[in-house]
Formats: sequence, C-alpha cells, structure tokens
Amino acid sequence: MQNSVSIRDLSLNFGSVKVLEHLDLEIAQGEFIVLLGPSGCGKSTLLNCIAGLLDISDGQIFIGGRNVTWLEPKDRGIGMVFQSYALYPQMTVERNLSFGLRVAGMKKDEVEKRVARAAEILQIQPLLERKPANLSGGQRQRVAIGRALVRDVDVFLFDEPLSNLDAKLRSDLRVEIKRLHHRLKNTMIYVTHDQIEALTLADRIAVMKNGVIQQLADPHTIYNRPVNLYVAGFIGSPQMNMFTGTLSDSTFTTEDGIVIPVETYAFDTPATGSTAAVLGVRPEHIVLGDETAGMPFTIDVEIEIVEPMGSDTLAWTKIGGQAITFRCDSDVVIATGHKVRIGFDPARGSIFSAETTNRL
Amino acid sequence: MADAAVPLDAGAETTVNRPSLLKRILFNNLPAKIAALPMMVTVLVVFVGCTIWTIYYSFTNSKLLPTGKFVGFDQYERLFATSRWNVSVTNLIAYGAMSLVFTLVVGFILAVLIDQKIRFESAFRTIMLYPFALSFIVTGLVWQWIMNPTLGLQTTLRNLGWTNFSFDWIANPRMVLFALLIAGLWHGTGFCMVLMLAGLRGVDEEIWKAARIDGIPTWRTYVSIVLPMMRGVLVTALVIIGSGIVRLYDLVVALTNGGPGISSEVPAKYVFNYMFSGGNIGQGLAGATMMLLTVVIIMVPWAYLEFGGKGRRT
Repeated sequence: MQNSVSIRDLSLNFGSVKVLEHLDLEIAQGEFIVLLGPSGCGKSTLLNCIAGLLDISDGQIFIGGRNVTWLEPKDRGIGMVFQSYALYPQMTVERNLSFGLRVAGMKKDEVEKRVARAAEILQIQPLLERKPANLSGGQRQRVAIGRALVRDVDVFLFDEPLSNLDAKLRSDLRVEIKRLHHRLKNTMIYVTHDQIEALTLADRIAVMKNGVIQQLADPHTIYNRPVNLYVAGFIGSPQMNMFTGTLSDSTFTTEDGIVIPVETYAFDTPATGSTAAVLGVRPEHIVLGDETAGMPFTIDVEIEIVEPMGSDTLAWTKIGGQAITFRCDSDVVIATGHKVRIGFDPARGSIFSAETTNRL
Repeated sequence: MADAAVPLDAGAETTVNRPSLLKRILFNNLPAKIAALPMMVTVLVVFVGCTIWTIYYSFTNSKLLPTGKFVGFDQYERLFATSRWNVSVTNLIAYGAMSLVFTLVVGFILAVLIDQKIRFESAFRTIMLYPFALSFIVTGLVWQWIMNPTLGLQTTLRNLGWTNFSFDWIANPRMVLFALLIAGLWHGTGFCMVLMLAGLRGVDEEIWKAARIDGIPTWRTYVSIVLPMMRGVLVTALVIIGSGIVRLYDLVVALTNGGPGISSEVPAKYVFNYMFSGGNIGQGLAGATMMLLTVVIIMVPWAYLEFGGKGRRT
C-alpha cells in the first residue's frame, strides 16, 4: 500500500545551523503519527517543512504519492491546526471556515455544503455567526480544526493544538481528536511535547531529539522497550528508575555493590564479558510486600516520602545510594519510615549500555 | 452581564449603612482625587472655559480687545462673505482629504515593505521617521528652498543643462496646494509608517501561516485579515493625522505664507491673523468657532459609533 506521507533524506539548515539532518519518515495512509520531544528538538520545524511553510535545504517530501517538495502549502493537500488557533479575528466562524474556499473561487453551494459538514462533525453549528473573541479556547480550537476540515484534504497537521488549553479541556479535546481520527480515517501528524497526548493518541510515536528521530514505534513499544537512555528517560512520569553499574554474564551489580540477577531479561544483543551498563525499571513495575514472592530481585528498604495521587500512591526510597520511586495501589497503607520489602523482575525493565546509551 | 446586575441591586439595599452619595464622590480615594485635581482644573479652565469664552466673544464686535458688545451672527455673516475665509476652508478640505489618504496609504505601504524582514531595517526606520523630528517651520523652510524656482531644484537642473525643466508649484496658484502636500507628506508619513509597522508586528505569525495554508494571496491577507486586525492602530493614526490637518498653520507660514495671493490660505492662519495682527478679535473667534464646529460635527458621530452602545461591539 502506498504511503500517505513520505519524507526522504530531509535536511534543513538555517545558515550554518543544522536543524534537521537526513531525516526519513514513512507514514501509512490513515495513520496517526505523533512527533514528540522537548522544545527545540525540531518537531515543529519538521511539521512546517511538511506543510511547506519552510523551504527545506535537501531531500524530498511526498504526500499521497506526489512529490510536493517545491509546491505551495495550499497545493499540498494538507490542513493545519495551530497552537494559537490562528483564527481570523475579524471574521465570524462561518467566514473563518469558508474564507479560503471563497478566495479559491469555489462555488457557493459547495462552500456551504462543506462548512455545514464540518460544523456538523465538530458540533459548532450554534457558533457559526459568532466571532472568535466570543468563543472559549476549546471552541476556538474546534473552529481551527474545522478550517482544516473544510479543505477536504488527506493529511492533517497539528502543531501543539492543545497546549493553550487548561488541563480539563485538554483531555476532553484529546478524546475528541481521537474520535475525529476514527471517523475521518485521515492521516494525521501531530506535534506535542506532552507525552500523555502522544501515548494516548498515536498509532506510532516518533521521539525526537536535536533534529533526529530517536525511536519510531507504537506507544507500547516506546514505553516498554525504549531503544536508548534518552527515550527511556523522556517517556514516563515519574521517570524510570536508573541504576548505574556493571553487567557481567547474567548479573547486574550496582555501584553500591547490590547484585541484581538478570537471567530473565531478553537481551537484544547478548552481553559479552563485563560492561558498564544502566538498568532501568519503571516505578509501576516495582512490587511491594507479598507480591515480591517469586521476583528475581527483592530487597528491604525504608520509605522516605509518600505521595498519594488519588488513583495510586508514589513512594520514594533508596536502594543502596540510589533514590528510586515506586508506584503502589492507593489502598496500601505505607508511611514515611516504614520498612517494606520491594522487588521487581528485570525482564520488564530495560538495560542500556553506559557507553553507547543504546538498549542491550 | 447578568452577574453585574446583582451587586447593583444589593447595593441599593445597603445604602442606608453607607455614607451618602455626595460624600462618597468627594472623599473616596481622596489622595487620587487630589493628585488629579490640577489636571481637572486645567481641563475645566483652559479647555472648557476658553472654548466657552471663544464662542461667547465670537458673537461680539470686539476689535483690539475682547470688550465689544453683542452683535449676534454679524461676525459669521461677514466671515462667510470673505473670500479669504472661503478659500481657506476649500484649501483645508482639499489638502486634508489628500493628506489623510496619502499619509495612510503611503505609510501602510512603507510599513509593509519594511516588514519583509529586510536588512538594515532600523536604519530605514530612522530615515523615514527623521522628518517627524523636525518642526513644521524647519520642514517648511527646507522645502521652500528646494521648491523655490530661482534657488532650488528648477534652477539646479536648468544649470545642469536641462533648460526647459519646470518645477514652480510653489509659485503657481493652482499647484501650490500640492507643494504643501509634498512637504506635509514628507513630514508625516514616516510617523504613520512606524505606527503601522507596530500594528503589523502585532499580528501573530501563525495567522500568516494559516493564510498560506488556506491559499490566500499575500495582498488579500493584508487587506482582508491583517488590516481589520489593526483597527486600533488605524484609529490612532487617523486621530493624529486628522488633528495635524485641522491645526495646519506653521507649515503654510514657513512654506508659502498663504501665497501666491491667497491661494494657500488655511483657516488656522485666518484666525491667527485676525486675532493677533488684524486687530479684529471677534472675526478671528468666529473663524475659530467654525473650526471647532467642524471638528465636533466629525467627531460626535464617530465617538457615538465607537463608544456608544458597548453591547453592540462584538
């Protein structure tokens, strides 16, 4: 099947600064791709390149099988939604939706039909005569999505569309975008720095750093099998617990001399001899009390701080000199100073080479 | 606004316990009122007081001193029978219309050009704004020299060999207004440009991106999207340019002194001449009152539209 968007060997330089370098990305028809990374990692820049708002220095971009590398944004078959909504403030919602089509000289009844369809999908019919200043943030963002919708395009680009909304609205609109994707089945490329948005929305996530895609995989793989230390540290809140130490044969020895057996761990590249390594374990993979029975690694620790989060509880403690957090059920009674037994199975963790930072 | 109405009702019930309305008006926030007092006195005495004084004495036959007796509309009848006044008004309307349109259009186009991420932007901005730092007197004198047929551009080019070159607008009764316009535009467009540039910079870059994705041509984006967004800046520019036009006086004095003949007279000059050199205060004040009336006729409907029903502004 032909790919909806395909980016080949794309590079972008601003003067001597290399923002994107030899980047390749193939996106299937109807796929929801999230570009995830901290600010300045080049994710928005990449999106602007796809949209044609930035001229690239090298490489090619194909959308729907057409080479659009040097086409104007309007001819690329894309619709885009911006963080600041970018609605035309002096026009009513209806005009906002229809202005581009009218300027393009589309027939009046076709314009009306498309606006009506977009308004129906986004449920903004009652707002059509209002101006953007009289809309809430969530309503504005819906109108902005509507403006992309009326263009009847194959590919939707979202540039941090929810970042200006408050937390409650953000999670509502997140679900709505997902619903929209299920209904329209368009290809969507979505830029965000919010990992929850990425994990909940994406078919595949591209984790970016310094203009390079670190890992491109489905959310489950990204979360459970990060390819390197950067991805492991960036995804997950609270952060993955990292033990530095030495890996030899089937045991991992932390800097404090604590021995963790790792026979159960499925190595990508079998370890040879003794190497410096990092063992990462997610807080929710550490178990407590009776559940530790049968775990390859258990240890007695003293609780330092407890953070009840409502749905679950975070506890802070130390293994050797290493501060770690673990997550347990909110019904478990623990408090500062309690001595508890915790344990985990390294099979659910990740081991990285300290030298290359890649997964072993 | 439903929630705003609630405290009003509640307030009506509790007024019994509060100091009387007069006391509240006088003594609430006393330091602020004391601080504002000098300005309030200035406004009342200088602006309102002098305006009333002006209007009153325009109905008298005062000559050298404001002491004359009441003569009704005599001064106004004489005013509109004077060809110098009528020429002044016509000149001001013609100059004002052209100046307003050209300052706004040229200022906006310059601002758009400067906004294209050009090099040496601040240098261009300074050059454009520089004339505004000069007084109208200096502007008038400079342009008088440049446009003087026997001293300036015309003579220079004729001496260089272009013998039939002619640029004598300043001495030509039919063209002198355009000479005035050139000097006025040279002085004022830079400032208008800076105002417009600030307005253009206030437009979110994502609006431009959205317009590009929508396939809206650049000129159309400026006209249909960006200009309407700059409403505040446009109003500011309009008020500043408009007030500059109405009080046009020093530029005329320095550039043409109303000449040739009376072909570049303006109302402010008429008023000044009658009051301070013509020794006919009543006549001067009648002219001043007519100027005020014109401004009021223009301003009141606009102010009503702008600030009138707040509910209608969406």
